[in-house]
Amino acid sequence: MQQRGAIRFALTRLLCAIPTLFFVILIAFLMMHAAPGGPFDDERALPPDAAANIERAYHLDEPLLTQFGRYFGGLLRGDLGPSFRYADYTVAELIGGALPVSALLGAMSLVIALAAGVAAGVLAALKRNSIADRLITGFALTGISIPVFIVAPLLVLVFAVRLGWLPASWASTDSGARLLLPVIALSLPQIAYIMRLTRGSMIEVLASDFVRTARAQGLDTWSIVRHHALKPAMLPLLSYMGPAIAAVLAGSVVVEQVFGIPGLGQLFVRGALNRDYTLVLGIVILYASLVIFLNLLVDILYGFLDPRIRHR
Amino acid sequence: MSATSALGALGRRLAGSRVVVVSASILFAIALIALLGPLVSPHSYQATSLDERLAAPALADMRLFGTDDLGRDLFVRTTMGVQVSLLVAVVSSLVSLVIGVIYGAIAGYAGGRTDAVMMRIVDTLYALPFIFFVILLMVYFGRNFLLIFVAIGAIHWLDMARIVRGQTLSLKEREFVEAARLIGVRPMTIILRHITPNLLGVVVVYVTLTVPQAMLVESFLSFLGLGVQEPQTSLGSLVNGGVRQMEQAPWVLLIPATILAVILLCFNFLGDGLRDLLDPRGADR
Repeated sequence: MQQRGAIRFALTRLLCAIPTLFFVILIAFLMMHAAPGGPFDDERALPPDAAANIERAYHLDEPLLTQFGRYFGGLLRGDLGPSFRYADYTVAELIGGALPVSALLGAMSLVIALAAGVAAGVLAALKRNSIADRLITGFALTGISIPVFIVAPLLVLVFAVRLGWLPASWASTDSGARLLLPVIALSLPQIAYIMRLTRGSMIEVLASDFVRTARAQGLDTWSIVRHHALKPAMLPLLSYMGPAIAAVLAGSVVVEQVFGIPGLGQLFVRGALNRDYTLVLGIVILYASLVIFLNLLVDILYGFLDPRIRHR
Repeated sequence: MSATSALGALGRRLAGSRVVVVSASILFAIALIALLGPLVSPHSYQATSLDERLAAPALADMRLFGTDDLGRDLFVRTTMGVQVSLLVAVVSSLVSLVIGVIYGAIAGYAGGRTDAVMMRIVDTLYALPFIFFVILLMVYFGRNFLLIFVAIGAIHWLDMARIVRGQTLSLKEREFVEAARLIGVRPMTIILRHITPNLLGVVVVYVTLTVPQAMLVESFLSFLGLGVQEPQTSLGSLVNGGVRQMEQAPWVLLIPATILAVILLCFNFLGDGLRDLLDPRGADR
């Protein structure tokens, strides 16, 4: 019975996510076409014949709806169209080349942020109001307020330029050390958020009746945390995972720029500055579907883990 | 309790909170220096000087923050950056406030099915990575100021709408709203004349929390070269310029980065402090 409720909940969420994604694609596509100036506007105007030829080659002369149908049909087959700036490359090829680095970077940052954030948060909650707690909380507030695009250059300035311990840019070395600074820069703000969330919910859980009962039965603090308190304290974290993923994606745009990493973020910024419409559109759609999909996953997991949420 | 004495009590409580007072004073001081600095300094924000490139900060000749790679005076450029960043942040927060208050108040006042649908839309929008859509907008429609305001405002109205809706739900049960309804005031007038003014307190607090977020978005865009355009500048573009010079001239990065960080920290402290004062349940002691 309970299982069925959770499945129904998951299905409604799925039914909401699909039209959302469709509208996102539609709006992004229409925005591209409402933009003043075409992708082939250059300093030198093309002769009208040549311009017409190019328009025909890229199907820009068809009605808007037909164009959208063509684009959407292509999307379903994984075809994002040709890049408007990198001749001979399709958007899918460009994205495919850049995705692995960014995925590695993002995944590592999230895992590290989770591990460090939860550990620090639990510690701060257990030793509430101690010096360690003050330090951790202070770090969290600073970490939340200082954006990635300040943290990343400062890390480079200190650890690469001044101390010379770690490589400053991606191209300068082949070793894994080049991952270290970007991952730290990307995970620091997330560590701060996750730590703050964990501390708050852990304090709440530790004050609840079942923890008091466990303590009355003579369990030591560590086993209470491990067997009883950790799981309920993690629940609010699950709903933060959606925003965290979105933040890591946005952060990776900056980090890849600062460290010169040939990933999706850099491709995106370069596409944006070059007005490579199809490339930017493709990456936005990829980012949006990723975030929508992961949010959906989190929602569904939540539905299974926390029965209260289904009855809203 | 009359309105003036309520305000007086709030004012006394505000003055009693050290965090609020300190962060508000720092912000006020920074804003004041940013406004007056350019008037005092003999330099302009766009005059370049070939033989004074990357000069270190010095008291002589009012080169307080040194110069950048084109020999432009960094003090004046930083004051301009602060002005632009604050302006963008405040105006786009106001945009988000207007959208959020209207949307939230309508949803809360209408209730029932309308409310459910409107809030479901907000939930759905929450799941979108808006920052990338803002970049998309910047790419397609050029980088004009107005667009930056609207685009950033359009991201942040969601929180505001949720909070306002919650407040409206409780406000609409109050006697004065019932009285207005009884004498036949139209729903839209009730929302604008009777509900909205009573939302003010909560709304002001959340605006203080929206301002740093909006500032962050603006600096993020400018850092990527998609925001404010040269020779105008904002704190984000200054940090970006500093990154390129940090090996020879670290102050070009450190000064605007520190100022931006301090402003963001102060706004966050201010917003948190105000929220704790208005809503003691949220406070941790």
